[in-house]
Amino acid sequence: MACLALGIALASLQHAALAAGAAPSASAPAASASDAGRPPDGEWRMASRTVDGQRFSPLTEIDRSNVASLKVAFRFETGVNKGQEAAPIVAGDTMFIVTPYPNVLYALDLTKPGAPVKWKFQPKPQAEAQGVACCDVVNRGAAYADGRVFINTLDNQTIALDAATGRELWRAALGEIRRGETMTMAPLVVRDKVLVGNSGGELGVRGWLAALDARTGHVDWRAYSTGPDADVLIGPAFHPFYAKDRGQDAGVHTWPPEGWKIGGGTVWGWVTYDPELDLVYYGTANPGPWNPEQRPGANLFTSGVFARKPSTGEAVWYFQYSPHDIHDYDGVNEHVLVDLPIDGADRKLLLHPDRNGYVYVMDRRTGQVLSADPFVHITTSSGVDLKTGELKYEPAKTPHAGRTVRDICPASPGGKDWQPSAWSPRTRLLYIPHQNLCQDAETYQVSYIAGTPYVGEDVKMRPGPGGYRGLLTAWDPIARKPAWQLREDLPVWSGALATAGDVVFYGTMDGWFKAVDARDGRLLWRFKTASGVIGQPVSYRGPDGHQYIAVMSGVGGWAGAIVTNKLDHRDEVAGGGFAHAMTDLPAKSPAGGTLYVFRLP
Amino acid sequence: MTTLRTWRPRGLRAWLTAAVLMALGCRHALAADPPGVATGDGAPAAGAPALRVCVDPDNLPWSNEDGRGFEPRVAAIVAQALGRPLELVWQPMRRGFVRKTLVAHRCDVLAGVPTQLERVLVTRPYYRSSYVIVQRADLRPPLTGFDDPRLPSLRIGVQLIGNDLAASPPGHALARHGAIDHVTGFTVDGGETPAGERMVDAVARHELDAAFAWGPQVGWFAHAHAGRVNVREATPPPDLPLPFEFAISMAVRPGDGPLRDELQAALDARRADIDAALAEYDVPRVDLADAGDRPAAKVSP
Repeated sequence: MACLALGIALASLQHAALAAGAAPSASAPAASASDAGRPPDGEWRMASRTVDGQRFSPLTEIDRSNVASLKVAFRFETGVNKGQEAAPIVAGDTMFIVTPYPNVLYALDLTKPGAPVKWKFQPKPQAEAQGVACCDVVNRGAAYADGRVFINTLDNQTIALDAATGRELWRAALGEIRRGETMTMAPLVVRDKVLVGNSGGELGVRGWLAALDARTGHVDWRAYSTGPDADVLIGPAFHPFYAKDRGQDAGVHTWPPEGWKIGGGTVWGWVTYDPELDLVYYGTANPGPWNPEQRPGANLFTSGVFARKPSTGEAVWYFQYSPHDIHDYDGVNEHVLVDLPIDGADRKLLLHPDRNGYVYVMDRRTGQVLSADPFVHITTSSGVDLKTGELKYEPAKTPHAGRTVRDICPASPGGKDWQPSAWSPRTRLLYIPHQNLCQDAETYQVSYIAGTPYVGEDVKMRPGPGGYRGLLTAWDPIARKPAWQLREDLPVWSGALATAGDVVFYGTMDGWFKAVDARDGRLLWRFKTASGVIGQPVSYRGPDGHQYIAVMSGVGGWAGAIVTNKLDHRDEVAGGGFAHAMTDLPAKSPAGGTLYVFRLP
Repeated sequence: MTTLRTWRPRGLRAWLTAAVLMALGCRHALAADPPGVATGDGAPAAGAPALRVCVDPDNLPWSNEDGRGFEPRVAAIVAQALGRPLELVWQPMRRGFVRKTLVAHRCDVLAGVPTQLERVLVTRPYYRSSYVIVQRADLRPPLTGFDDPRLPSLRIGVQLIGNDLAASPPGHALARHGAIDHVTGFTVDGGETPAGERMVDAVARHELDAAFAWGPQVGWFAHAHAGRVNVREATPPPDLPLPFEFAISMAVRPGDGPLRDELQAALDARRADIDAALAEYDVPRVDLADAGDRPAAKVSP
């Protein structure tokens, strides 16, 4: 079948909820709909704790003065030794952790010593899904709301469970692995809706965000990232700030005919929500799959950010970070919602460290870019024009068939990838875990695929200036510069956690879990786990009234696929070229899948 | 640039017989004397270890699990010359196949790889082919290259390679020359029938005016539509220094020099039989003689 036909069939996808919703049992942790915005201080009910995406714990028992004495409270082996990117979720006295494929969900009883398994749910996703997942078979976590736990599976199902018993309430089939779709993102619950999106931009998939009824799994709306306005849910309310992002059916006209049907723009990152403005924000992934010369145009609405009404899905504004994205930069990184004074006026802001290397500070009501400053070494562009919103590409760094291009910075994973940053309202700093990688698109490598002598671009990633591959940057969005930066040998592929004790936690791919001073980055404590840390650290108050810190250990993901997929490091373009920059990782970290939970003695 | 050799499809179709006799399962040892191959050096020596050759189970005209394909034919000829039984090991030729085959010691020989492939030890090339244009026989004047002003308006098929649907060298050239709006992509794997067959059929049905494909992929299927479709060599435009021709060799693990030398001797000794097998499957070929002075695909920036 011609590949262009793939997208057409997608439009007729069935998205049936396979089981009718049943009321969760009465023994579920106490909750109400309004909790979604502000959960109790001691809980961590979604990957980012709050819908604003701040990943800030208001708990203060663990602080700069005592964090050095943290000890392991308990461990839990998941039995799945793949990249552990999920955030442990804590609601009431129960912790929920979801593993990479096969996406097993464990509920741990925090009231008992050692936190034994309360129940376990095995969704049994189709094994074929492993074969189409581009970059390891990760899952970025569950979400809890109103007595229900929601997970996404690699084979495109969203499943709701009774949090108290693990009983399945409904499951919705949302995509087709045969077409290269998978799901890896963490759901976000907004009021009565579960927001989920698809992955698979490397395979000619058309991206979407869907809103499911939390009680039944019914698809209330689905907004595509490309195509006619009717599919993108663009109507009279749509007012992008910049002219470049406007135009009727721009999701069709900025592509060659039919190109939008397989145009990518998947939604595999983070969704955040402002209850006051009643807007959800999320990024769209890179355009695909043709080589850039075969898809002339801006390729809307890929590699940008949408603001939508959660009740109807209608788009309110959109901004494209990387028009006609030629470097695979995506726009899926988190949009952290904060309120700050800028130039003397209180502004409702959206902070977004993009893969293209700039921290965007935007007005989240309108989509206006107030500032965009580099947080990493950039050669592919020379800045963002604040009048037009245009990224000023550097033509000499444009990949071009038949030409060698060196020093493409940042490399394809960007100045920062999926790993979410944390915001502290106390220090007013955004703690950004990220990488320092450049790449050369050198000559051409001959491969041989299904009999075809394939002349591929030989992309080799390597450390950026300074020779190190990772950074934790504390970014000051008012001063528009770093307050401090910590260098790491390997990419910092874990999320960050900020606490009211003025401690910031993050992990390294060689297995260290670290606590640093939120004010100046001073190392306060570190602990060596059994595998690399690429998960999202969280904090909660246990049934005993004490503060705990939890994180998954287990290297993998795109950066760590060289370990989990046992890639041959001599195959230098393996893992999308990333393996070339990570040849030392297998010696520094074995695969793993362990939950670590810490507390003060 | 070499011109495509007077390449004449031959209607031997001896594979039909072969298909019956060679209906094989995975890792099935072939009789050393497949039909259609002239007997030369006699039967395998008693107890000689099998020559383990990796081929794709579903990629005609190269190979198929049912025994058809020119690579099993060539492998059988070589095994026979070495006096060893042939064992075909089936492995889809996707990304990572060197790791899954030679590196994993599942087999000792790859039947056909680009001579420039790194990380393996290759024989001298036993054939050399080119990307080709498959076009409607009634297209007047025929499409000959990328400077044709009709290019942007013609309906053209092109291969998309691998999971990331990468462009082939002609795919890059088409985009560079404005062929964008009416280009259809064909994935090389994942279809009900081989990609080459789908592309040729689309041209024969006049759903496409032309298709750009790797020669061996379409020659055999084009033969079935002789009179309705033509095949001619495609040459790269001057503005795109990408190779369109590739030489193909057998390959072994880097440490297996002696085996490589044995294979080379067999390829040399049975040159005529190998050429006949390639011709039987309508593999478009360009002069091998030129290959020595032109290490194909070593593209300088």
